[in-house]
Order: sequence, then C-alpha cells, then structure tokens
Amino acid sequence: MLLGLTPSRRLLSHRHCLLQSRSIKSENTARSTALDSVLSAFRSICGEDGVSLGEAVRQQHGKDESVHRCCPPDVVVFPRCVEEVSALAKVCSNHRLPIIPFGTGTGLEGGVSAVTGGVCFSLRNMDQVLDVHQEDFDVTVEPGVTRKALNAYLRDTGLWFPVDPGADASLCGMAATSASGTNAVRYGTMRENVLNLEVVLADGNIIHTAGKGRRPRKTSAGYNLTNLFVGSEGTLGIITKTTLRLYGIPEAMVSAVCSFPSVQAAVDSTVQILQAGVPIARIEFLDDVMIDACNRFSSLSYPVTPTLFLEFHGSERSLEEQVHTAEDITQSNGGSDFQWARDAETRNRLWKARHDAWYAALALRPGCKAYSTDVCVPLSRLPQIIVETKEDLIENRLTGPIAGHVGDGNFHCLMVVDPNDPEEQREVHLFTERLARRALAMDGTCTGEHGVGLGKKALLCEEMGPMAIQVMQRLKDTLDPKNLMNPGKVLQPREL
Amino acid sequence: MSGRVLVGVKRVIDYAVKIRVKPDNSSVVTDGVKHSMNPFCEIAVEEAVKMKEKKLIKEVVAVSCGPQQAQETIRTALAMGADRGIHVEVTGKDYETLGPLQISKIMAALAKKEEAQLIILGKQAIDDDCNQTGQMTAALLDWPQGTFASEVSLEGDKIKVVREVDGGLETIKINVPAVITADLRLNTPRYATLPNIMKAKKKKIANMKPADLGVDITSRLEVLRVDEPPQRQAGVKEHKHGARNLAEGTL
Repeated sequence: MLLGLTPSRRLLSHRHCLLQSRSIKSENTARSTALDSVLSAFRSICGEDGVSLGEAVRQQHGKDESVHRCCPPDVVVFPRCVEEVSALAKVCSNHRLPIIPFGTGTGLEGGVSAVTGGVCFSLRNMDQVLDVHQEDFDVTVEPGVTRKALNAYLRDTGLWFPVDPGADASLCGMAATSASGTNAVRYGTMRENVLNLEVVLADGNIIHTAGKGRRPRKTSAGYNLTNLFVGSEGTLGIITKTTLRLYGIPEAMVSAVCSFPSVQAAVDSTVQILQAGVPIARIEFLDDVMIDACNRFSSLSYPVTPTLFLEFHGSERSLEEQVHTAEDITQSNGGSDFQWARDAETRNRLWKARHDAWYAALALRPGCKAYSTDVCVPLSRLPQIIVETKEDLIENRLTGPIAGHVGDGNFHCLMVVDPNDPEEQREVHLFTERLARRALAMDGTCTGEHGVGLGKKALLCEEMGPMAIQVMQRLKDTLDPKNLMNPGKVLQPREL
Repeated sequence: MSGRVLVGVKRVIDYAVKIRVKPDNSSVVTDGVKHSMNPFCEIAVEEAVKMKEKKLIKEVVAVSCGPQQAQETIRTALAMGADRGIHVEVTGKDYETLGPLQISKIMAALAKKEEAQLIILGKQAIDDDCNQTGQMTAALLDWPQGTFASEVSLEGDKIKVVREVDGGLETIKINVPAVITADLRLNTPRYATLPNIMKAKKKKIANMKPADLGVDITSRLEVLRVDEPPQRQAGVKEHKHGARNLAEGTL
C-alpha cells in the first residue's frame, strides 16, 4: 500500500517540471529505441502531420489543470477517426507502449500525466457533432467536441446539455472522468446522462457499450458497460464517441442570493428546499471566507456569513412558485437579505461572486497557486464536515475558502498555496488527506467530481475496501492485461 | 406610426464550421454543411423582440431571402419572439449571385409595403462580410441610418443610437423611420426554447418572389475565383548571429 507522501505528489514549479521531464526522457532511452521503430507505423496511420515529437507539443500533452507536475509522453499522435485510433492502439499493444487518451487537458487530478512515458492519443481532430435527434432528446459527439461547442451547435434546436463542470471540457473526457457540475442537483452527472459509448480497447478492438447506434432512453439489456467506462479515466479504453441525453433549454431562469447566520442554517434550508419538491437547478454554498474574498475581488457588499446562491429553471408561472417557496424556507431558517432577479444582466451580477470565486480566492494571496479539494458526503453530514474542516484550516493557518454544490453534499476548499514554500505545500497535502478521510468517515467519497487520477489511489482503496478494489483490478486485468491504458491512474500498482 | 419593425435574417454557414473551397475554386462547399442564422442577425432580432417586450413597438416581422431552407432561419426568428415572417423566394443561380444591392431593394420594397417604421439588420453577414445592406437600404428609402449600433433607445419620434466607430463611441439622434444595423455589443441574443419553437410553428410565414415586389435581382457582380488563404509556412529558427544582423539591418 502506498500511503503517505511520495515525491510525485510534491507541487513543483515550472523549472522543476522541465528538469524532471528531461530525466524521465533519459530513463526511457530503452523505450525510445522501441519508439523509433513504431514512428513510421504511426505516420502511415495518421499521416506525417498526425505524429508529433516536438518538445512543446509533448509538454502541452503531459499536463492538465491540476497541481501534478508535467509528465510529457514520448510522442503525441492525432488520429482523425476511430479506425485510426484502433490501428494506433494495435501498434501500441504490439510494442507494449502506454496509451494516454487526451481530450482538452482540463482535468484536475493529473489524469493525462504520462508517468511511464508512452503515446498520447490527442483526440481533438475528431471534432464532429453527429446525429442530433431533436425529438428523442439525444446527440452523439466525438471527443473533440467540447460542451460549449455542443451547446452552441444545438442553440437553434431548443435543446442543451446541462452538465457544467466549469471548464470547457471535451464531452468524451467528461464521460471518462464522470464529471459533474453546478447543475447536477437537477440534471444529474455524466453517469445519468451517457446513453452509449464507442470505445477502443487496449488491443484495438472497437466496442459500443450499448450496441452500435442504440439510444433508447432506458434499457435492461445485459451488463451496464456504459457506466463501467464512465469514470474509468482512460484506464480501460479510449472513448471515441459518446451519446448524450439532452434537455429542453429552460423557458426562464431566476437567480437568488441569501445570507445565513450559520453553515447549519444554510444546509438545513437546502435540505428543506429539496424536500419541498422544488426542482431547483443550482444551489451553491459559499462560506464567510469565500464571500469576503469575493466582496474584495468584485467590489461587492454581501454580508460576510455563509451564503447560498440559488438558480431556478422553468416556466414563468412555475418560477414564481419556486422562488416563493424557497424564500419562505430560507426565512424560517434565519436567512436574510434574500435578493432575486429575472433578467440576464441582474442575474449575472447576483451570481458574479460565485463565478469569480476561483480568481477571488487567488487574489487573497497574489503570486500563489490554487488547488481545489473535492469531497462529497450525505447531505445530513455536510454541516459537520464543513465546520470541522474550517476548524482544521484555522488551526493550521491555511487559506482555503469554501465553495460547494451543497444540493449534492459536495464541496471544494480552494487551497491557496505558495508554490515556492515546500513546507506549506506539505501542510496542504496533509490537510487534503485529513479532509478526504473525514469524508470517508461520514459515509462519503474522497472525490465527488474530479476523479481519482494520480493523487487519490490510496484513498480509493480505503473508500472501496479490498474486495471491491480486487474486482476493479480483475476488470482492469481482463480488459488491459498489459497495463497499457493510462498507467498509474485510479488503481494502485499491484504488489509483486 | 405602424409600430412595425422589419428584421432581416440571413441563413449562413454556421460560424463554428471549417470552411472549405470547392476544388473548382468557384465557391465554398455548402452541401451537408451546418447552416444557421447570421450572428449579427440574431442580435438584430433580439433587439426588436426586446423593444416589443418593452411595448415600444407593436409587431416584429422577420424577413429572409433565399431557397426553401431560408424558412428555417425565419422559424428561429419566430421562436425568438418575432410575430410573423416573410420568405422572399430566390433559388438556383439567382441565389448564388444574390448580394447586398438586391437585398436592399427587396427590403426597401417591403418596408413601403408593410409601412414599417424601423428596419433592423445585422451590421454584416459572416460569409461575405459586405457590411452594405443596411446602408444601401437606407439610401434607397432616403431614411436616416444608425449603423454599428451598440445601444439603441427610442425617444418619441426619434431614435438615439450609440455607434461603435474606430475612434470610440459616437452618439447620434435620428428621425423615425430609420435603418439600424446591429453590432456585437448591442445585446446577447436569447436561445430559442422548446416551447417557443413549438409556438413558432403556428406563426405565419408569407411567401413571395422578388418580381411580386417589382424588384430586379440581376447581379452586377461576377465572382471570378475563390481561393483559400495561403497555407501558413513553418517558422524558421534564426541563428543567434543571424538575429543580430537582422536587427542591425532594420531600417
């Protein structure tokens, strides 16, 4: 069991990244010679332009938006269709080269780091929106399509894909990490919204997890392969198509803000709003430290106490009822300063604090970097975990304003860290481990949205228990016996 | 005052599509390519619908010229809140050579026929980038024009328009009736929602031909050739000494 700190989890500066990547390259000279003999095979599959050894390109494809250091692959390939992906995978399989799928590189857990080198499959050239079925509320997309691009494409149809993790991520990448977002309380996460996947396995075989071209809204046919691959973070196969469930664009939206005397009051209001059957679309929690940061950053004057940001979707009439019910509930829990707005400009102003939260947190300590923690617990345990976490932050003098998707019991501490202070980085790392274990102790999970990636493999073992991990490992061994698919992620290396 | 606003909407290749030139260099590939309403026309429709919601005007009429598919674009305008549509049918070779001069003649004729008090157009189309239709329409009607509008307010029988110009912002006041062309920052167009798309199916679209309006759509322009921009060449790494010489050799 690899518990505790390992060098790979230190936060390193850019200069260190380059030094590290050079030493990896020299370690991999044996692999490099093997690589030369496959480069011509790659070029014959993707064309001359479809293979890159350039250092800048490899650097770009070895990191995401996490704090994990850049681990560039040995080569980046740019397939244009699933047949090319399959052919490339076969070559990699024959030569035992690691395969790292790459969408937009917007992940937060180091999922694209090529820790043992290998071949990065950059899927950005497969960027078509295929088969929009307006009446059936579904669409199929390739990995190069991002969620904003899809919603722009669909704008004339009255439909949208509401899962919104913040970044403009690849939809197939979102499927691979089982992404979620601020809308999950009403529209669900990727797990609920992926109907079918086309996946290229480690041996190059192509499968359709629900059958080719199939898109029924529900099914009870066979093992749920679709949701096996959703959240597998590239360790079981390369997703080359995803069929998504669409929703009607809301007729109207209302946003509201409300301040509370305590975290408990805010969470109680959330639970009661959900219990009252209000189909609330977004319900976001900001703690007092975060609100203070937002006030300063955006020149606002919200009361510096736990605050809820709410958004309602529906027809004009249903919105009136929803807002009315929510306002009553918040008032009965000691909520004050309830403001709400219907038109786009005022709504954006009300929510500006929440939208700028990341930058507001960074502005607390200029020159620092931010790292977002991510745990999720049952709603009833949320006040306790937030209170204990805040005590932990204060006791250890760490900067960690809190923002959360409180309707799902999921919250993030935006840890603001000095990249040149290894002691502080160590403290933050220990803090995040304590936080994850606190969540596990409360029947929760160590990762609500961001995935396991590089940094939470040990925590996954604690969360799942040895028997479930064994089953996961057996599935992995069956689908990828040579351990070529995104090595070093999700599952611990097996003890020999 | 009729309280009627005409909005021109053009069907163009969607802004997100990678444009390809046909092998014979005659034009760009349009078959099987996603089309949608010109983004500046969306802004024009939004502005008109906003005026109607504020009860400053009574009716929004969406106009499009082209083949059968132009009706899709009109339907989108109807789903955004326009009241009815007019489809001026132009097909085949005539459609390929349709340009700002012909459109402005059609718009002028319709403005008289419909007794419009305001015409709102997008400032330009993203396929030809002509930026001429609004100006030509105003000239044909001898109406004032407020082009590149980033802000429009009706003040009695006058309109105040804030225009985005090279030097900054220019505010003018023009008489009604007038032609306005919408610039990027005028507003943020709404998305068409499913219920509104359903309602739009019941709204009326009138059909007519340019001849019905007494308009001659013969083109005075002939497209000789269409080429892609030259391929970007790879950069050349300058040797350190070479770079110094380069700097010394500069004028």
